[in-house]
Amino acid sequence: MLSFVLSRLGSLALSLVVASLVIFAVVQIIPGDPATFMMGLNATPASVETLRKALGLTGSLPVRYLHWVGGMLSGDLGTSYTYRVPVAGLVLQRLQVSLPLTLFALFLSLALALPAGILAAARRGRGADLTVMGFTQLGIAVPNFWFAMLLALLFALKLHWLPAGGFPGWKAGVLPVLRSLTLPAIALALPQAAILARVMRSSLIDTLGQDFIRTARAKGLSSGQAVRRHAVRNALIPVLTILGLQFSFLLAGGIIIENVFYLPGLGRLIFQGITQRDLIVVQSVVMLLVAAVIVVNFVVEIAYALIDPRLRRQA
Amino acid sequence: MRGRGRATLWIGACLAGFFLALAILSYVWTPYPYAAMDIAQKFRPPGPLHWLGTDQFGRDVASQLMVGARTSIAVAVVAVAIGMAGGVPLGLWAAARRGSLTDEVIQRGGDLVFAFPAIVIAILITSVFGPSALNAILAIGIFNIPVFARVTRAGALSLWTLDYIRAAQVAGKRRARISVEHILPNVANLLIVQGTIQFSLGILAEAGLSYVGLGAQPPTPSWGRMLADSQTMMAFAPQLAIFPGLAIVLTVLGLNLMGDGLRDLLDPRLRRRS
Amino acid sequence: MTLLSVRDLQLSIHRAPILHGLDFDIRAGEVFGLVGESGSGKSMTALALMQLLPYGGTSTGRAAMGGENLLALSERRMCALRGREIGMIFQEPMTALNPVKTIGDQVAETLMIHGAASRRAALEVARERLDRVGLFEERFPLDRFPHELSGGQRQRVCIAMAVALRPKLLIADEPTTALDVTTQAQILDLLKGLVEEEDMALMLITHDLAVVAGMADHVAVMQAGRIVEAGPTEALFRTRAHDYTRRLFAASDHAPARQVTRTEKPLLEVAGAERAYTLPRTRPFGPQSHFRAVKGVSFTLHEGESLGLVGESGCGKSTLARAILGLDVLQGGTIRLGGEAVRAGHHMHRTMRAKMQAVFQDPYGSFNPRWTVARLVAEPLHLLHEPPADPAARVASALEEVGLVPADARKYIHEFSGGQRQRIAIARALILRPRLIVLDEAVSALDVRVRAQVLDLLAELQSRHGLAYLFISHDLAVVRAITDRVLVMQAGEIVEEGETGRVFDAPAHAYTKTLVAASPRLPPDWREDDAARQTVV
Repeated sequence: MLSFVLSRLGSLALSLVVASLVIFAVVQIIPGDPATFMMGLNATPASVETLRKALGLTGSLPVRYLHWVGGMLSGDLGTSYTYRVPVAGLVLQRLQVSLPLTLFALFLSLALALPAGILAAARRGRGADLTVMGFTQLGIAVPNFWFAMLLALLFALKLHWLPAGGFPGWKAGVLPVLRSLTLPAIALALPQAAILARVMRSSLIDTLGQDFIRTARAKGLSSGQAVRRHAVRNALIPVLTILGLQFSFLLAGGIIIENVFYLPGLGRLIFQGITQRDLIVVQSVVMLLVAAVIVVNFVVEIAYALIDPRLRRQA
Repeated sequence: MRGRGRATLWIGACLAGFFLALAILSYVWTPYPYAAMDIAQKFRPPGPLHWLGTDQFGRDVASQLMVGARTSIAVAVVAVAIGMAGGVPLGLWAAARRGSLTDEVIQRGGDLVFAFPAIVIAILITSVFGPSALNAILAIGIFNIPVFARVTRAGALSLWTLDYIRAAQVAGKRRARISVEHILPNVANLLIVQGTIQFSLGILAEAGLSYVGLGAQPPTPSWGRMLADSQTMMAFAPQLAIFPGLAIVLTVLGLNLMGDGLRDLLDPRLRRRS
Repeated sequence: MTLLSVRDLQLSIHRAPILHGLDFDIRAGEVFGLVGESGSGKSMTALALMQLLPYGGTSTGRAAMGGENLLALSERRMCALRGREIGMIFQEPMTALNPVKTIGDQVAETLMIHGAASRRAALEVARERLDRVGLFEERFPLDRFPHELSGGQRQRVCIAMAVALRPKLLIADEPTTALDVTTQAQILDLLKGLVEEEDMALMLITHDLAVVAGMADHVAVMQAGRIVEAGPTEALFRTRAHDYTRRLFAASDHAPARQVTRTEKPLLEVAGAERAYTLPRTRPFGPQSHFRAVKGVSFTLHEGESLGLVGESGCGKSTLARAILGLDVLQGGTIRLGGEAVRAGHHMHRTMRAKMQAVFQDPYGSFNPRWTVARLVAEPLHLLHEPPADPAARVASALEEVGLVPADARKYIHEFSGGQRQRIAIARALILRPRLIVLDEAVSALDVRVRAQVLDLLAELQSRHGLAYLFISHDLAVVRAITDRVLVMQAGEIVEEGETGRVFDAPAHAYTKTLVAASPRLPPDWREDDAARQTVV
């Protein structure tokens, strides 16, 4: 187990390094001089130089890269050009919206998808299965941001049950925050839940066709007991893979959904960064998102090993 | 099962084909010029003159939807082509050299790209080059490459264990030739099914990107941008938000049904029984 | 005393009839054998008794056990019977156990699910039952996972699971088919012992007449969903009243008439062949360990000779075959074909490759499903420097040589049966008129009657063309039938070598002795009755 974790940690570190190199290359090398790029064409050389110093963009590329990476490791994500404040502070502030939203959506989609998928597989070919499959077919086809708009139209504009957008801040209390995040989280979760439910269903159906289920039935387990005691845990293995991938879709979806509900999260920050050519913000937030995906996938691989004893011994 | 697969396939093909036909038709005919403004006719509900109504500038929604279909479908098709052109050879190569350094590099490379969701790639490209439809194509296309590489590799690996590959090796054929002659035709089914899935995902991703302004730019109409524009007017002109959304849902639904139908029809496990 | 009495058992799957009214009885404490070729419906019979039919299956008739009709019981009642009154084990031990649960939990589950014991008590019984099947505490604690066990060990766990509650009937569906012969012998011994000690009846389903002959008190022969003949084992096999039984029996140890084509001219010379694989490290910075699959193997195969290579799975015979075919590199030693060195990959010269072709085991995976037979058979022509003038004629004559017709060239492979496919594989190997054909388990996947026909074909082709065969198999009976000389391989080494008859009749090496002793054979004197009777007729 230890050697498994160590080898995964190694590839985690390698992925992070390569990802950071790619991001650095795109943001700092392709546009030429980032400071000039940020200030636009009619900036004077002197003001560009001032900016460069202010943002710590002096020195050769390797030096700048190491400076950036070293900064990140110590919690310093650079200085925003637009806001002239440390990016780390901005990110921390925005995470208070994005992180709860993502977790809320993840929880919702799991809570919906797993039971639905198990039900559909256990009742394969019958009414419950067809209903679940019909809904998931629709769920996969609906763009989450449009679904979000429809939710806002119905529950906020017509029924006035929930706010149509904005974020009250944690100081306002937990309930207002939850109210403001409910519609975005549902919009984010449902299409993901549809995919997850389908994976759960097909994985469980595959597992139910395996020999060891027949063995279990020959021991005297009813089909329901065989599902609960033997099939579900095995069927979760491929579901975990998809869950890892889903996380990146949740992040990406979050970026878009925040726009629908005017939520001041990381997504909004990054779009402000783009429109204001604030490369430092873009670079740091993108790195953060990518790192989150990589770390989540690492966690998923470790979770595999916990579920499946066959993986524990492999290097 | 086969009968249902066929029915699913036909329903899906009809839905997707309908929007494809609209997209093609838009090159020669639309009810109105899609960009023609007519302020006097703004916010018309659907009716005989404007089938799907008009927007805040009095532009015909149906015409915009038709041209928007063009954008969405073109972006998704080119992105699938990029994914296949890049991913299939990589997948074949990795499988032919299973366990080698090449295989490892291709796989880890794929994992790395998976860490960059299409929207993040689009953000990176846009932050440097500015927004355009080309960015959307590139972002989705790059994300598609490892998808096809994985599917190809997985399919190819199971084929490489079969005895006819050994027979071909005994006949003195090289791995590259075996990959093309024996492996590729036998993973084609998988690729067709995956292609349909990525096509539909591409349409969704394009809509998302143009919704947040990272895709096609004005005046080119696109479904995602029409939705973004409609958002502030949703309270009094909800039809502007309904129709483009429905167009996306129906196209994607059609493609997914097509993919499911194709899978049922082409899956060798199902075919062997017949 | 009759334990299970089956009358007019009919079964259909999605309305397609599979079983057409079976009648048989199993007595308490006896071994009842059900033999037949693949597709005869033997496994379906067992699944019908267990009421574990695949989706769409319906059964009618009576299967009376303890005053109840198994075929008419509620699912609830069946669940109570399965595992308690009737236990069952299956063919494939590698996949029969849940990979994420320990063996102790899985054996204990049988007891717990029937409410027979608390978890702690169930685990104690599990321990005792695992000991009984030969998996002792020191090496096999309860917290072992299935993937840490070999196939034979896993089958023992399955048996422990099935007999945990001492059922009255144990159904074993091809329990040893996936195992090596020595393991097979041990498992069969174990089953026999359990039957005797625990007064349990065993319904043994197998395709192997020799296995049944050594185990069963009564036997029923199945063909195409019917029982064609049933009775006490020895009497039934001695008389062979039914034509199908007679043919099955004859095919079971069929030896084709062979002419001696063997010369003294060396064709294939293997000297000191070495092949090792690197194993994954068990500890992060632990030493890199290696697995030596082939350890300094040397032998010579002569022109026109048929040489057998026998050994159990993992002994290195397939690795050696790959190296001989130039598909894999050796780390030491040399392989020479007609005096020239064989090298792996495309370093090997075409004319050399053309001297050597192969036939593989799997009649289904041996052909690209998208190619016509013509293209499949013609594939080795790639090795010629210039394409032949008349490839179609070469394909046609190759097909005729193996007993097919030239018109078959236009068909696709799915239109052929398993036996026909192996004929096509032989045609593909023959088309270049090679000197040597490597047959890697080439008849192992075939039913006995088809196998006999393919062996006849191989013998005929050898005498016609003076071919040399390297015949790799785990099946001693087949090797005896088709080879002049035999090599016995164990753990990467050749432990014994000699004339096939001599080696099998009077083995010198301890391993060969075990192998020969473990291989089930039909008692030779049962066959004589047939000869005697035929002379009378």
